[in-house]
Amino acid sequence: MSQIALSNVSKRYPGGHEALNGVSLAIETGEMVFITGHSGAGKSTLLKLIAAIERPTSGSVVVNGQNVGSLRARGIPFLRRNFGLVFQDHKLLFERSVFDNVMLPLDITGFDRREGARRARAALDKVGLLHKEKARPITLSGGEQQRLCIARAIVHRPSILLADEPTGNLDAGYAADIGELFRDFNRVGVTVVLATHDTQLAARLQPRQVEIRGGRVHHD
Amino acid sequence: MTSWLAAHRRACSGTLARLLRAPLASLFNIAVIGTALALPLGFYVVLASLQGLARDYSPQPQLSLFLAPEASAAEARAIGERLKARSGISASRFVPRAAALETLKARTGLDDIIAGLPGNPLPDAWVVTAAGADAATLDGLRGEFRQWPKVAEVHVDSDWARRLDQLLGLGRHAVLLLATALAFALVAVTFNTIRLQILTQRDEIEVAKLIGATDGWIRRPFLYFGAITGTAGGAAAWLMVWAVLALFNDRLQPLAALYGLPLQLAHLDAGDSLTLLVFAAALGWFGAWLSVRRHLGAYNPR
Ligand SMILES: Nc1ncnc2c1ncn2[C@@H]1O[C@H](COP(=O)(O)OP(=O)(O)OP(=O)(O)O)[C@@H](O)[C@H]1O
Ligand SMILES: [Mg+2]
Repeated sequence: MSQIALSNVSKRYPGGHEALNGVSLAIETGEMVFITGHSGAGKSTLLKLIAAIERPTSGSVVVNGQNVGSLRARGIPFLRRNFGLVFQDHKLLFERSVFDNVMLPLDITGFDRREGARRARAALDKVGLLHKEKARPITLSGGEQQRLCIARAIVHRPSILLADEPTGNLDAGYAADIGELFRDFNRVGVTVVLATHDTQLAARLQPRQVEIRGGRVHHD
Repeated sequence: MTSWLAAHRRACSGTLARLLRAPLASLFNIAVIGTALALPLGFYVVLASLQGLARDYSPQPQLSLFLAPEASAAEARAIGERLKARSGISASRFVPRAAALETLKARTGLDDIIAGLPGNPLPDAWVVTAAGADAATLDGLRGEFRQWPKVAEVHVDSDWARRLDQLLGLGRHAVLLLATALAFALVAVTFNTIRLQILTQRDEIEVAKLIGATDGWIRRPFLYFGAITGTAGGAAAWLMVWAVLALFNDRLQPLAALYGLPLQLAHLDAGDSLTLLVFAAALGWFGAWLSVRRHLGAYNPR
């Protein structure tokens, strides 16, 4: 059974706009998949459906054998802890320090504070932000904020990484580093699903590519 | 288990830190809650003191049986025998009319006027101390004595204590009503404070939920906040009442000395104080719970 399975999924937003229209897609454990497509194609929507941030209008989204679309509200937090989420708009907490932002996923699961701090620093180190751990996110550049978001997504060692445009604001050097990071994760068995326009990254990592066009899977 | 405890400790210290980060707003909040609680608390304390006073200083309940003017000495003695035989009476004393007149003279100093009277207007009387002090017993005795031959009138001397008691009963009801109304106020104050906090921390709540926080985890600091401000408000109310009582008792001192009464208002004892704090904490917690329940639903997926 696939780790992530979408069958005939449609998503119509309240405004009436149909973002996805009959998408079927299966992703196996340990795969690395790039979701591509023009702006507004529905890449972010696809990731949000997998993470139960949006519910499908029709069709089913199954993650680890659980039907995400019909999951009850109290089950959603536990589903989401399987994921590392990198948001297109970062969703950082600007009242908290860089370090506390990275601690958040560990805090919410009641992770041991001291071991958590060690892991948070390791994650910050991986994205090259350890020297900024006391800073506020507002003082970081766009690329640094993006890396902070990635550190937060990997700190709790999720089994699935869902990243929405993780290299959008990064220069080529950092984009390559982040790409390597994702590859390392993928090598130790983490399923990586990336929504991206970054053709250079795709060329370097040679992942499976799924193109969305017109609300459907155009090319797999 | 230990991680659960640690999580609670963290939420608790986080809440305290948040209170200290906005000390003025927190103080204001606590003052509002304190004032809301201090009103019924003050009334309660005054009532409790008055009640103690009424209990300690109501005289032994006495009934005076005034005999008809034409009653003979033998008839008066017969009534005395009957009183002795009657159960429920702890003592009885005969006051002859002459003695009553002497007492009146001595007490009032109205010798001249009394001397000018054509005769002694006072009747013979039996003064009876009842064994029970409750209103029903006294009323029963009074009704019974009235039926007796040659008894013209029966007075219950502790009527004032009873009236005070009834008045205090009324006061207790008023305190209860006031406390209920102000408990609502406390809940409303916390409800609103938490609502504002949820609004200002909208981003934090949203992000926490996105990365897998349970509703319980998100709720916890708000509930702690409600309980902690409630407790602090209760303590503030206690202090306010304490300060007012200290002032008041000071003023009351000369008056108390004048009447030879221990007219001092006592503050809550340790048990009642604890009850107050627990009650305030529970109300704050409840207000927060209502607010969180009402305002956190908006973060679930559609
Ligand atoms: N919350 C929403 N309400 C209404 N419409 C939405 C909402 N989110 C997205 N859409 C619409 O759905 C379509 C797909 O959006 P989505 O964000 O999935 O695109 P995308 O492929 O991620 O684009 P981009 O590359 O620009 O990030 C867009 O036309 C967008 O306007
Ligand atoms: Mg997008």
